[in-house]
This record gives sequence, C-alpha cells and structure tokens, in this order.
Amino acid sequence: MPRFRLMKPATTAALAVMAAGTAGAYELVIPALDFRTGPYAPNGIPFANGYADYFTMLNERDGGLCLKEGECAKFKIVHCETEYNTQKGVECYEKTKGEPPSGGLVYQPLSTGITYQLIPKASVDEIPVFSMGYGRTSATNGRVFKWIFNPPATYWSQASALIKYIGDREGGIENLKGKKIHLLYHNSAYGREPIRTLEALAKKHGFEFNGIAVDHPGQEQKSAWLRIRRERPDWVLMWGWGVMNQVAIKEAVSIRYPMDRFIGVWWSGSENDVRPSGEAAKGYLSGTFHARGADFPAHRDIIKYVYDGGKAVDPAFKDRVGEVLYNRGLVAAMWTTEAIRTAMKMHNTIEVRGKHVRDGFENLDVDEARLKELGLEGFTIPVKITCENHEGPGKVAIQQWDGKSWNIVSEGYYEPDREVVNRLIKEDSEKYAKDNNITPRDC
Amino acid sequence: MLYREVGQFKTSYAADQAIFPIAQDRWFVIGVLLFAFLVVPFFITPYMANAILLPFLVFGLAALGLNILTGYCGQLSLGTAAFMGVGAYSSFKLMVLFPELNLVIVFLLAGLITAAVGMVFGLPSLRIKGFYLAVATLAAQFFLVWLFYKWDWLRDYSLTGQITVPPSDFLGVPMTGSRADPAAKYLLALAMVTVLALGAKNLVRGRFGRSWMAIRDMDVAAELMGIRPLAAKLSAFGVSSFYVGVAGAMMFTLWLGAAEGGDSFGIQTSFLVLFMIIIGGLGTVLGSFLGAAFLVLMPIVLKNTMVDMLGMTTVFAKHLEYVVMGVLIIGFLILEPHGLARLWQIAKEKLRLWPFPY
Repeated sequence: MPRFRLMKPATTAALAVMAAGTAGAYELVIPALDFRTGPYAPNGIPFANGYADYFTMLNERDGGLCLKEGECAKFKIVHCETEYNTQKGVECYEKTKGEPPSGGLVYQPLSTGITYQLIPKASVDEIPVFSMGYGRTSATNGRVFKWIFNPPATYWSQASALIKYIGDREGGIENLKGKKIHLLYHNSAYGREPIRTLEALAKKHGFEFNGIAVDHPGQEQKSAWLRIRRERPDWVLMWGWGVMNQVAIKEAVSIRYPMDRFIGVWWSGSENDVRPSGEAAKGYLSGTFHARGADFPAHRDIIKYVYDGGKAVDPAFKDRVGEVLYNRGLVAAMWTTEAIRTAMKMHNTIEVRGKHVRDGFENLDVDEARLKELGLEGFTIPVKITCENHEGPGKVAIQQWDGKSWNIVSEGYYEPDREVVNRLIKEDSEKYAKDNNITPRDC
Repeated sequence: MLYREVGQFKTSYAADQAIFPIAQDRWFVIGVLLFAFLVVPFFITPYMANAILLPFLVFGLAALGLNILTGYCGQLSLGTAAFMGVGAYSSFKLMVLFPELNLVIVFLLAGLITAAVGMVFGLPSLRIKGFYLAVATLAAQFFLVWLFYKWDWLRDYSLTGQITVPPSDFLGVPMTGSRADPAAKYLLALAMVTVLALGAKNLVRGRFGRSWMAIRDMDVAAELMGIRPLAAKLSAFGVSSFYVGVAGAMMFTLWLGAAEGGDSFGIQTSFLVLFMIIIGGLGTVLGSFLGAAFLVLMPIVLKNTMVDMLGMTTVFAKHLEYVVMGVLIIGFLILEPHGLARLWQIAKEKLRLWPFPY
C-alpha cells in the first residue's frame, strides 16, 4: 500500500458520476482547510482524516444527507492545505468559498489565527464559521457574532474548568490560595487566549499565575522548563499545538515534573503528543469533550464504507481510527452535518447555502437520543445552541494518559466559572461591536 | 527585430537620463501600468485580489525596501518582518486614534515611524559590518516582535495580541474591513507601489543612491572620497525602513485585515523577503518585484496546477511543491547568480542584437 495516495479518490468518482450523466445533482460543498505538512502536521492529520471520513461515510452509506427518502445531496469535500499558516488559510478560504454548486457551506479552520481572519469576512460572504472549541472566545455572544459558532466550549470555559479540577484535586477551591500555577503557551492568538481568564481567576481564588511563552514552532523550550524547575509551580497548564506538545512533555519528563500535575488544553492531549515519551508520560492530563476509541457504530461504518471501500483520503490511517484527534475531527463533522440537516428541515430544501446553514447552527440541538441514532451514544456531551449563546454547554472533561491510551478520569463534566467567564465575554464582545460599528441584534 | 533602438536619438540631457532610455521599454512599462490600472480592476475577483495581487504588491514593496538597504547599500538585514510589523502596528494605532485620517496619510505616517525605528536599529551598522550586522538586526527582529506582545497600548489592549483593522473609507469607498471592495483595495495598493517604486528608481540613480553604492562597494574608499558613512548608512536604513513600513501597513490594512506579532511578522517572513531580493537580483528595482512574483505566485501556480488540473492530493502536491521550489531556486542561482533581473538584462542584450548576433 502506498504511503500517500497521489490522486484524489474523488476525481475518479467525479468522472464516473459525470459519465453516468447525473452531473447536475446538488452537492454540499465542505471546504476542508487541512494541514498535513509542516510542524503542526502530527496534530493536523488525524483531525483532517476524521473530518473527511465522516462525510465520506455518509456519502457512501446514506447517499449523502437526506431531507426525506430519496431526496438527498452528497457532500463534496474540497481539500486545501494551509500548513497552519494564516496567510495560506486566507488563500484557501478565497479559493474555496465560491466552489459550485452550493459554495462553501461552513468553515472549520482549525486555527485560531485563521479564524480571526475569517470572522469579519463571514458576515459579508454569508458563510458561517464553526470554530469548534477554539478561535475567538467572545464569539460566544451570538448577538454580536452572528456568523461564528464555537461549541461545545471555549478556551475561557476550559481554563476555568481546569482550575475547578485543580481545586478538587487540592481538596477544595479555597485551598488554591497561595498555590503557584504556570501556563506554558504557544506564543500566538491561540496560546494567549486563556491568559485574561486565568488572571481573573488568580485574583478571585488567590493563586499566583505566571505565563511562559513558547515561540512558533515550539521546539525550543529549554529555558521555559529551566524556569519551571527553578520556580517549582504546583501545577502547570499547557496551551500547545503540534510539535510543541511532544517537546513539552519530553521536557517535563526530563526534569521529573510530576506528570499528574501537568494539564494540557484539549489540543495538547492526543496520542501523538505523549507517544514520544511513552510510559514516562504516564499520568499526564488534558481537557477533552468526547471519548476516544473506535468501538462506536459510527466508527464501524467508517471502517466498512470508507477504508474497506477504498474511499479514504489517507488509507494508511486505518489502524489509527479512534485516536483522540481523529475523533475530534469526527465530532466536528457530526455537529456540522447535524447543523446542515437542521437547515434543510427549517428551509425544507436540500439546496442549502451558507446562510441557511447558519440558521441550522443557531438551532442546533444534538441530545443523547440523537447521538444514539447517529451511532455515537455516550461519545460526547449534548449540545444546544441558541441565538444569544453560540457556545452551547461549555462543559469540559479531564482525561489522563495511562501509558497506553487516554481515559476520562473526571467524574462527569466540569461546568465553567460562569461568573468570571461571562463578564469577560461581555466586555470583549461589546468592545468588538463598538470598534466595528456593529449593533447587537435582539434575541 | 522589434527590440531595436536604431533611429532613437537623444537630443537633450533629459532624454539621455530618462529612466527608460529605450522607447520600447518605455512603452512596455506604460502599457503594463495602463493594463494594471485600467483593465485589471474590471475583472478582479476577491481571490485574485486577496491571494495573488495584494500579496505580490505588498511583498514587492517590502523587497524593494530591503533591496535599498542590502542590494544598494550592502547592509545585510534580517529584521524586515519586524519593521513591517512596526508599520502595521503604527497604522493600526493611527487608525484607532484618528479614525478620520486619510488612509494614504496613515500609510505615509506609518512609514515615517518605521523609518525612525529603522534608523535607531541602523546605528550599530556604523561600527559593525557583514554577518555581525545581520546578527544585530536579528536582535531587532526578536525585540520588536516581543514588544508587539508586551506593549498592550500598541494593540489597543486586545486580549490575544491580535490587531484587527477598523473599518474605514477612502474617498467615500470602503477600503478596509469586511465591506471593502477588492478592486478598490487593489487600486490603492497599486498606486502606492507605483509612486514609491518610481521614487526609489530615481533615488538610486541620484546622489543618495550613488553614495549607497559607493559604501557597498568599498566603504573605506567611499569615505576617502568624501562620502560620510554616517549619513549614507543611516539614510539607507531610513529610506529602506520607510518602504518596508508602508508595505507592512498595507499588508495589515488592505491585505490581511488582522495581524499578530509572531505569526505575521516572524523571522520566517524576514527570510522570505531576503530570498526575494537574492533570487530577484540584488541592487535592482525590477529584481525586487520579480523576486516577489516568483516567491509569492509560483507556489500558488504550482498548487493550483497540481491540485486542480492534475488531480493530485493536497499533501502530495505540497511536498512536490517544496521539491520544485527548491530545485527552481538552486537552478536559478546556478544559472544566474545575479538573479532574475540579470536574466532579464541578458535577454534584453540578446534581443537588441537579434537576429544578427556577433
């Protein structure tokens, strides 16, 4: 089997479709801004595969997304390589947004930097941006950010949930007083996102907070860990991505920092990140909002229809289906398809466009029962989005690496500290509205 | 045949000193400019503007700025991206503080601020040369990017270090922000670049340019001939930074609309601009634009050909693109170490003799 597939499987399929004379059928264009090269590829590849495979599976199994029996539209996935680079991301966006027949329906940039670029464009081009658990936190305020959706939880919710978890481990939130918590962050919009919240929480709970920046691409962290060794923080949080995660965990192992007091954001908690350290990384924690593993009926369908059917973008990935980041791509695709399905129902047509999909996102309601129907029972938390709350539940679970796999160790999901987070969201979104002459709409 | 100057007589000093002494060159440049100004805006698409033309214009201007410093004055700089950042953050701050200010004035002021900053960081060039100066400018690169994050006021207290351009008009047309028209943005950028490139061309042919080149070729000899190194080097840093600063301001306001210290203005961008002038041709105005075109447009052309026309997967195309770009760069530098501009010059010389070379 070749390491890389050279040609797109879609090309041959498209030719076959054209030959069959059904080329006029409506298709749902899903632009996929992948990064399979560069220093962030170890994390970008599993996500991109999970995202694409779920759509392909629906295409193969159900014939796409159906409004009712026999009235279906297939997904057309348009890949574009961004290398996690903002400028290339903008190029990809401009290139794919007008792709016929539907135009790009929703963007999942998987990069906070690219998300910031797309936020002003989204309202003009009428294409929603689904920045799942990343991007601009204050976009949660749907009254100001009509086109941006960031369920199931933002970085600020997550930061406050992690602090609550630390409180539990210390035997009560009041015991945080006088403790030292360091944040090791990727020096970009992404990594800096939680700082304001953590500062506010430090003031509220009386712990000492310090941020340590790690510059792109994150391979050079010796001085950061020297500082951690010297200052001996009680807890270290990490907002890392790509190769930075692996290096940080290796460094933590090498200075013998207690791994069970080292917590990553949910982008710093996948198999790729801990594998280079293997057993030594045992005990390392991270946030998450879904399960790992490939035992769900949806995964079995993916193996059957996508990998065994020879439709996969990356056929060599078969054994890794079910990894944390693969499942995250899958959950993103699942919420996206549910939003499009909602949009189809609301507008009673399969020929949906970006503006309809926005309505679909705003009325998205995926509960336990629906997850079960989708073959993903217990996979993630129920998500319900409203006009004013584009974040949804905002809940975070904690998972731990046991040397072989990731397991959720928290009892249920942590609620964010609404008092602090909501105040910050209000401040930031109102400032954005003022700077950009946006009148918040009524909900 | 077509490219022959027989019969073109120069009857005045002005004609002899013209930028384009050969009529064909002159008409060609005028034709290109007319096409760019009068035809392109009518069929420009957002993709063309935001992914191709604006990046080309912005990087062409930045490369021109660096070429003044490195190509003409011989002072190696690795701080280009940081100076672009100074331009970007200055323009942001000016637009926030004075929302009514005309955009062209914002660009010029941002350029002047960058020029001042560039001259401060150019001071070490009076004592240190060559690689050591490169290291000193590298310090500027890292210091300035650190400052962009550290100094809250500079980014208007934005939470994440991101700056987003406020919406603004230029002569009643929305020019920045989400409502901006791609054709308008392109025209403004093109006009800025045309005027500044014309200015640069004249500057390097005049007293300043000659003193820069004298310093570049041999600074001791230049000093003995009466050129003051202080004035020459600092003016090169100032003018260069002005161009780079305007490029940074246009990059932020017209092209990207949002920017961030390390991501947009990191060391990798400095190297990109340096490669542009090395590949395009050190010490030529044309070379700056050829180099920018090569490094900005070539990857996009390669990508679009391989992915859209040949049906390759995006990953494979990307890896192949690295290989092709590498081979092309090595190939060009072996065939013509003086860059694309020199290739163009050789082609011109051959054309003038064609079809009867001797």
